[in-house]
Amino acid sequence: MSFDVEVEKRLGEAEIAVAFASGPGLTALFGPSGSGKTSILNMIAGLLTPDRGRIVVGGELLFGNGINLPPERRHAGYVFQDARLFPHLKVRANLLYGARRGEGRIGLDEVVDLFGLDHLLGRWPRTLSGGEAQRVAIGRALLSNPRFLLLDEPLASLDQARADEIMGMIERVRDELKLPILYVSHQRAEVDRLAASVVAIRR
Amino acid sequence: MHLTPDDWEVIRLSLKVAIVGVVVTLPIAFALAYVLARGRFPGRILLDAIVHLPLVLPPVVTGWLLLILFGRTGPIGGWLDRAFGFTFMFRWTGAALAAAVMALPLMVRAMRLSIEAVDPRLEGAARSLGASPWRAFRTVTLPLSLPGVWAGLVLGFARSIGEFGATISFVSNIPGQTRTLPIAIYTALQVPDGERIVVRLALVSVALSLGALVASEWLVRRQGGRAHVL
Repeated sequence: MSFDVEVEKRLGEAEIAVAFASGPGLTALFGPSGSGKTSILNMIAGLLTPDRGRIVVGGELLFGNGINLPPERRHAGYVFQDARLFPHLKVRANLLYGARRGEGRIGLDEVVDLFGLDHLLGRWPRTLSGGEAQRVAIGRALLSNPRFLLLDEPLASLDQARADEIMGMIERVRDELKLPILYVSHQRAEVDRLAASVVAIRR
Repeated sequence: MHLTPDDWEVIRLSLKVAIVGVVVTLPIAFALAYVLARGRFPGRILLDAIVHLPLVLPPVVTGWLLLILFGRTGPIGGWLDRAFGFTFMFRWTGAALAAAVMALPLMVRAMRLSIEAVDPRLEGAARSLGASPWRAFRTVTLPLSLPGVWAGLVLGFARSIGEFGATISFVSNIPGQTRTLPIAIYTALQVPDGERIVVRLALVSVALSLGALVASEWLVRRQGGRAHVL
C-alpha cells in the first residue's frame, strides 16, 4: 500500500474528511478547487496537523496512535503549487537545500539533465519563468532523497506546451524512480494521463 | 575644521556608548521582534506595549525609571552592586544602557516588519526538505529578514548617538563617562564662548548619522537585496 490515509480536519467553516488507500504508482487527488486537496497534502507532509485520523505512507506510520512525525522526518518530496523556491538562494542552492539528507536514488547531475536545468543553475528564482521554477521545484524535491512525492497542481500556472513537457518528466520520474506519488489536480486530462488510481474529493 | 582632544574624547565616548548599546541590544531586539511577529500567546499585547514604552514616554521619565531600577539602591542595581560590585551609575555603561533602552523599540519595529514579511510557507518548504526548525530559521527566516536587522541597527545606532534625556537624567553629565555628543553640545551651549564647540560637534553628528545611513544602504545592496533601509 503506497498511501493509506484517513484524516479529519476542521479549518474555519470547512470540514475536511477524507479516507483512501492506494496502490503503487501515481495516485491522483481529483476535485474542484476549494475542496481541501492542498490541506490533505499539507497533513501528509506534516505541515498541518489533522484533528484525528492516521496517515501511513509506504508502510510507515507518519501520524496516528499518538505519533506525529515532524515534517523533516517524513521524507516527503513536496512540490508546491507556487514552486516556493527560496528567493535568497540561487537555483543551484535551492536544488541542493534538501540534498544533505544523504545521497538518494538520483543525483544533481541527473536532475539537471532530466529537467534541463543546466543554464538555470546560476540564476535567482525571481528571474525564472513559471515552467522553469516548477522544474526546479520538482528537482529540489527529488534531490531531498524522498520516500514519496506530493505534487500540488504542478501544471496549474503553465501553458499547454510547458504542461505537456513537465507531464512527460513526471511520467519518467514515476516509471524510473518508482516512488509513490500523490498528485493533486482539477484537470481531467492530466489525471487520465498520469494516474493509476484516482481519489475523487467532493466539496 | 580642527577637532580638539576634548572633541575626540566626546566622539570616542559617543561611538563606544552607541556601538556597545546597539550590539548588546541586537539579539534581544531580534528575539523580541521574532516573538512579537510570530508568537501567539497571552500577554503579547502587553509585551508589545512595554517594548514600545520608551518611544512614547518622555525620555526624562525613562531615565528616571532606569535610575529607580538600576540605581545603587534599586532592585536590579542594588543586586548587581552586592553580587558583582558592578554599577551603571555615572559610568559610560549607564549611558550605553540608556541608549539601548531608547533604541530598543525602533530596532524591534524594523526587525519585526521584516520578519513578518517572510512567508512562513517558505519555512514549511524547508522543513519538508528535511530542515530542523532551527535550520529552517537559520537558513531561511534569518537571511530573509536581514534587511530589517540592518535597518534596526542603523536606526538604533542613530537613536543612540542622539540620546539625551534618558542619559542625562539617569547618569548625569560626567566628562569622559557620560558626556556624549548631544550632552556635550548642550553643555557648550551653556557657556558664553561655546559656539565654536557647538558647530564642530554638530557637524560631527551630521557626518556620523549620514555615514551610518550610507553604510547600511551599501551593506544591503552588497547582499543583492532589493530592500532598502530607508
